[in-house]
Amino acid sequence: MPIKLKDVSYTYSQKTPFAFEALKHVSLDIKDHSFLALIGETGSGKSTLVQHLNGLLLPTSGEVQISNYMLSIENGKRKYVDLNKSQNKKYRKKQFDIRNLRKYAGLVFQFPEYQLFEETVLKDICFGPKNFGATDQEAEMMAKEAIQLVGLDESYLSRSPFELSGGEKRRVAIAGIIALNPSVLILDEPTAGLDPQGEREMMELFKKIYDAGKTVILVTHNMDIVLKYVKEVIVMKKGEMLAHTTPLKLFQDEKFLINTAIEPPFVFKVARELIDNGLDIELDKIKDISSLVKEIERVKHE
Amino acid sequence: MEENISVELENISFGYSKEVTNIDNISFKVKEGEYLTLIGHNGSGKSTIARLITGLLLQRKGNIKIFGETMTDDNVLKLRKDIGIIFQNPDNQFIGSTVRDDIAFGLENDCVPEDEMEGIIQEYAARVGMDEYLDKEPSNLSGGQKQRVAIAGALARHPKILIMDESTSMLDPKGKRGILNLIHKIKENDPLLTIISITHDIQEAYNSDHVVVISKGRKILDGTPDEVFADSKKMIDMKLDIPFFKKLNIELEKSDLSKYKSNSLESLVKKLCR
Repeated sequence: MPIKLKDVSYTYSQKTPFAFEALKHVSLDIKDHSFLALIGETGSGKSTLVQHLNGLLLPTSGEVQISNYMLSIENGKRKYVDLNKSQNKKYRKKQFDIRNLRKYAGLVFQFPEYQLFEETVLKDICFGPKNFGATDQEAEMMAKEAIQLVGLDESYLSRSPFELSGGEKRRVAIAGIIALNPSVLILDEPTAGLDPQGEREMMELFKKIYDAGKTVILVTHNMDIVLKYVKEVIVMKKGEMLAHTTPLKLFQDEKFLINTAIEPPFVFKVARELIDNGLDIELDKIKDISSLVKEIERVKHE
Repeated sequence: MEENISVELENISFGYSKEVTNIDNISFKVKEGEYLTLIGHNGSGKSTIARLITGLLLQRKGNIKIFGETMTDDNVLKLRKDIGIIFQNPDNQFIGSTVRDDIAFGLENDCVPEDEMEGIIQEYAARVGMDEYLDKEPSNLSGGQKQRVAIAGALARHPKILIMDESTSMLDPKGKRGILNLIHKIKENDPLLTIISITHDIQEAYNSDHVVVISKGRKILDGTPDEVFADSKKMIDMKLDIPFFKKLNIELEKSDLSKYKSNSLESLVKKLCR
């Protein structure tokens, strides 16, 4: 079931001198099986927005619906309504347990490596599944599967998370969320600070999760990632949503790019320059350097 | 006159536990006023080196010299006064309850008179583009904004050596460029400031004076950007990034399109679009 934001605003430290409106009247539809990037300058509200998607923040005004879970604040009180129940008379209680939503939509924070806390990697990855009711044995199975998915082998499970490198810690932290097998995986700048190979492996992992039918939503500043992997892109600025479009349309809209200080990937600029000079390559095929070379090869061999 | 060496590592080895060696016999020298970039894959030991230079970690073997003075337990606090360090995660270095307090913290430690403080805070906050945020609470700032404050706090203390441990990796492209331009501007004003930047930003490394490449705790390459980036294949083997046209040329070669190999967009257009 889709994700819907209806006129969502969020103010930090409301009714204090520090009050700051981080989201302003954002309305948004995300279909099932989406692969979406949120972009925008630092402070544009991206992280605030994603924290609404698993109920970590509740909108100051407006409504958030994730699958059948509806979240809002009414008269200063948190309101969690399960839409499946609210339409069915046999349920007296219409609320849902927030844990169900957290299991449905898994959020990986910025710098998740700083949240590791257990003695071993195994215990750390098992923490989430156990919280959601898995037995020790089940949790261990999930951990074994998750650690391999993030590109580390099982020998890491017995190690202390604190002796790992930054990149390895990041993978362990992401494994902790992937182990829950969420239907929607949300990641706040998952590749920041990774080396190029680590970045590629991480993005291939998210693509695999998307290909398996899940929704993947990520916050990023990396336009190469936007071009190569995602199907949709949302542009944020000063708490407002400026656009919800495709990477191809975004990177062709020069006026918009200038206004928002977004720079298209260099490979995209190169492709456009070649097209402008009469080379018959197809812009929508260009995802990265190797697809550019494939297009050049096609044109030159025809 | 011989040039001053601001930081020197002499045969440094280090391990986080007895069984492992995370840094294996690394030596290099950084000249005063030099912009050094330290690059390497995740887990290569770059951040460990930064912590060794600041005396936050103690090496197993070897010596670290700051302006010729060997670091010991007795002088580490004194030597550290000349070193500003900016970590990757700004949350780990925020102390004040407002942006103003946070920048003031370092100045208070240095016993800067109170009547001078406000001017210094204003100046450095403006330099990093955060002067409108002086009364804001750090927890309400975005990651990138916090990092700008951390940079202002470090620079306000006039360090002779500034270490940046991936400190632009969380900024958006515009913010990143802004900070790098800022660092360059500060270096113009203060040519003797030594910068040691740990980075994955290949463009930053390209524009620096001196590049040291670390892999698996060992020093692999040490030289000018031109020297270090000459061997693209070696860089790829070490999981490092290379400039766009070098990557493109490798791909063109693979597809038997070597005749289109180019080193700039202009020459590529010329060769492909006749």
